[in-house]
Parts: sequence; structure tokens; C-alpha cells
Amino acid sequence: MMELRELYEELILDHNRNPRNYPRKPDGANHTAHGFNPLCGDEFTVHLHVKDGVVQDVGFEGAGCAISTASASLMTEAVKGKSVEQAESLFANVHKLLTDESEQDTTDPTELLGKLSVLIGVKEFPLRVKCATLAWHTMHAAIKDDEDTVTTE
Amino acid sequence: MSAPSPTQFRPTFPVERIREDFPILHQEVRGKPLVYLDNGATVQKPNAVIDATARYYRHDNANVHRGVHALSERATAAYNAARSTAQRFINADDHREIVFVRGTTEAINLVAQTWGKANVGPGDEIILTELEHHANIVPWQLLCEQTGAKLRVAPIDDRGDVILEVYAELFSERTRLVAVSHVSNALGTINPIRRMIETAHAHGVPVLVDGAQAAPHMRIDVQELDCDFYAFSGHKVYGPTGIGVLYGKAALLDAMPPYQGGGDMVRRVSFEGTDFAPIPYKFEAGTHNIAGAIGLGVALDYVNGIGLESIAAHEHRLLSYATEALADMNGLRIIGTAREKAGLLSFVIEGAHAHDIGTIMDVQGVAIRAGHHCAMPAMQRFGVAATARASFAAYNTLEEVDALVTGITKVREVFRL
Repeated sequence: MMELRELYEELILDHNRNPRNYPRKPDGANHTAHGFNPLCGDEFTVHLHVKDGVVQDVGFEGAGCAISTASASLMTEAVKGKSVEQAESLFANVHKLLTDESEQDTTDPTELLGKLSVLIGVKEFPLRVKCATLAWHTMHAAIKDDEDTVTTE
Repeated sequence: MSAPSPTQFRPTFPVERIREDFPILHQEVRGKPLVYLDNGATVQKPNAVIDATARYYRHDNANVHRGVHALSERATAAYNAARSTAQRFINADDHREIVFVRGTTEAINLVAQTWGKANVGPGDEIILTELEHHANIVPWQLLCEQTGAKLRVAPIDDRGDVILEVYAELFSERTRLVAVSHVSNALGTINPIRRMIETAHAHGVPVLVDGAQAAPHMRIDVQELDCDFYAFSGHKVYGPTGIGVLYGKAALLDAMPPYQGGGDMVRRVSFEGTDFAPIPYKFEAGTHNIAGAIGLGVALDYVNGIGLESIAAHEHRLLSYATEALADMNGLRIIGTAREKAGLLSFVIEGAHAHDIGTIMDVQGVAIRAGHHCAMPAMQRFGVAATARASFAAYNTLEEVDALVTGITKVREVFRL
């Protein structure tokens, strides 16, 4: 049962049971995106309050499995207070961590990602990678979207 | 149909011998013996089907209905024989009433786009039920968009039974068709379709039955049911993927416009016009899945060899055993407790999402389905986004149900429930 403990780490279980910044739409939220995983039915809305190029506050709503919920919760903790560039770079690194097939990269993921590297257990379960990346894609969409297409308050 | 008492078949149902017929079952997954309980999604294939398909490609492969050479004659004879097997399997009156299609989904789309377009107009109504699979919802929605017709939906109660009184009240002079599942893939409900068909016919309304989940589990007699259309998929009844059957009463099929145009569905073609072939060929344009049809015929023979009544009784015993074992578990809720159920069990566990249940089961070698089962409206009815589902086939054993229960215990352990 090694894989199970690697996947359902204590940190994942904790963030699933008590998701941070959830269910929450922060005051001043000016970037919102909706994420849906039609295969599973995981569904999240991510709200960001971005000011002066910095994610001042972030929250999410919706429901999903333990992996997607924990990943969303970890995401909100990770990007809060970061510059938009840093948030985008975290998204790229998490995405790479979960989808990169090459074994050559021997960098310890904890160096780049800190506690987000807990998500690496998902890699053994390719069908669940979409669960783990859903909130990240949604956050990315919220940032990416032009002022005129994103919900602005 | 009521199942015989579980003990009646216990000494005689040869499950171990049946398992020998399925090579795929004898493997390990993640270091654990495979326990395959996702039969509602697709059923595994016996050697007889795998061999027949391979033998066809090795020895008989040719196009049907056109060559005059030996291989084409053999292929045509085998293809026609498969049609007759399918006819006997559902007791259709005439082999011309059996149209080979890709599966249940294509069968329903075919009826929607041919019979539907010819008979359904603005303001007309089509009656469905709340427990339908998306394959028996979306084709009708598309037809409604094209014609201006409307859907009426018969609700289900808290057990997952269609509320027949409400169903009966949905009929009006605008009702053109009823499309209903024989067995719900998400809840296991066996619908009282004979009664539902009687009600519809009393209003002069024809009925299409989605039999995808029924064909592997119970004897089907389309004449006794008096249904107007019946659809099922080969791969859910131990046959290959990509082949299925649409049954339609000959008079209805005769009057319907063709579905796709192409070779084999025509009698004479000129640029001024085309005479179509008689049924069922009118609906079988192009080169069909010949190997699939032959494999399906062998699969239906295989099922008949065991006996559908015996299979149903065996699966019913597995279902009762599993239901009893799960009923005692704290925080576990069975979704779908209809009076009559086929061999599948949908459930949710408080504090553990269906997908996490599915993954934890997988690590233990137990394959179940987790998700909305392409029946989102039914899920919504029970206030859940997804369920975990174990579904049984002839080759499943009581020990495999035990593995399911052990697996659920592990889920509770992981989530500290």
C-alpha cells in the first residue's frame, strides 16, 4: 500500500478536511474563473484580488475529490502575497511536476515548490492528474483573462 | 421478473468454470489479483468471442453482400447468421427488424434523426425519465432543437423508482414518443417497462427502450414487451465494442427515412435519384463492423449457453450479499434502492469522494466506476455529484464482493472515518 500513503499524505488529508480560503470570495476580488472537470464533476471557482501586480488575496468555492480540494487549498496558500509572475511560475512548476515524463530531472521538487511537492504522489495515478491541476488551471485562467473578459468588480 | 431464491442456484452455477473462459481476469493489477467490478461500463470477453473475431480475420475476411467469391460468401453467411442470433436473442419476429449499429448510442441517434425528424414537429413532446443515461437524453434534446419539440421528464422517487402516476399524467395529444431505460446504469433500477409501454400505447404513443444495461442481465422478449424500438450494445453483453443492435418493428423501420447514405443501403443509384435497399440494409450504409457482428453473435450464444435466468440469479445473489455487507457501514449510503434492481450497487461514503474511493480500490486491484455515470440528472436528484459503483457479471464471485468490502474498509482507514 505504499502508493496510497504517498498519494493521501497527511498534508493532503488535512487540506481536504479543512480547506484554506474556502469557501471564500475575498473582498475586492477582481479576477474570477470557473473550472470544471467534466470527467469527474470536480468544480471550482477561483477568485483573486490582484493589485499592483500582486495577488493580495485569493479564495475558492465549489466541490471536488480530496486531491482536487487539497490541491486548490494549497494553491491559495501558495499564491497569496506572490506577484502575478511568481504565481504563474508556480503554476508552471506544479504542472511540470505532475506531467513531466522525463526522469533526467534530478532536482529535488521541494527546493522549487516547498510543501506543494506533496502533490507528486498523484503522478503514479495518471487519471487523477487532472484533479490535482484543476484549481491551478483555474487560477491561471483567472490571471490570464483580459480585464474585459474576466469578471471585474 | 423476480429472481429465484439465492440458494436455489448455489450448487449449480459454475462460476469457476466460467472464469476460465475469460483470460483477462487472470492477472494482477498493482500487485493484487484483479477484481473486475466495472461491468456496467463494459463486460470482459470470453475466449469464444476473442477467438471468433480472430478466426474471422485469419480465415474469412471479405466484404459482405457484394463479392461473388468464396470468402465473401463465408463472410456474408456469418454476418447474416449473427443477425439471426440477435433476432432470437430478443425474440424479434423477423430478422429484418435487427439493424446493426455501433452501439446503443448510435441506435438512439438513428431513431431520433430518422423516425424523429419524420414524426416530431414544433410543440410536440417526448417523454423521458429522470434516470436516463445521457445517451437517451442528448439525442432527444438535439431533435428538440431541430424541430421545436419539448422534453417531458417522468420523475423518480427517493428509492430510484419512476413515479408511474406522474408518468401517466405526462401524456397529452402532443406526445409523440416515450424513450426509457430498461435498467438504470447509475441506480440499478429495473423499470416496469411492460406497464410503461401499455400506458404509452393506450395513448397511441410508440416506445423506445434503452436496453444497454438490461441485455446482459435478463431475458428480453420484444414481442412480449410490445416495444416499438429496443437498443442494446454488444460490449455490455460479452461481445466486442463498436457493435450493437437496434430492433424496430418492421412497419416502423419500413416507413422511416434512411440514416446515413452510402453503399449497401441502396438498390439503384443515378444522379436523378436513388432507390433505397429494403430494411435492415437501408440503415446499414457503408462497410459495417462485420467482425464485431460475428463476435456479438458468438457472445449471445455464449450467454444463452450459460442461461440468462441463471446469470440473473447469480448476479442477484452477489447484489444481495454486497447490499447486506454495505448496509451496516456507518456513513455509507446506497444510492438507488428500487424495488427491482439489476446487479449493480451505487454508493457514497460521507467524507470520501467517489474518485478517491475509486483510486484506493484500484490500488487494491479492485476496478469499480467512480463518477456521474453519464446520468447527471439522476445524480442531481440524489444530491450527489458522483457515486462509486460496483457492477456484477456472470464471472464475479462472493470472494470478490468480500474484496470490495475490504477495499471500502481501507477507504475509511485512509480517511480516518
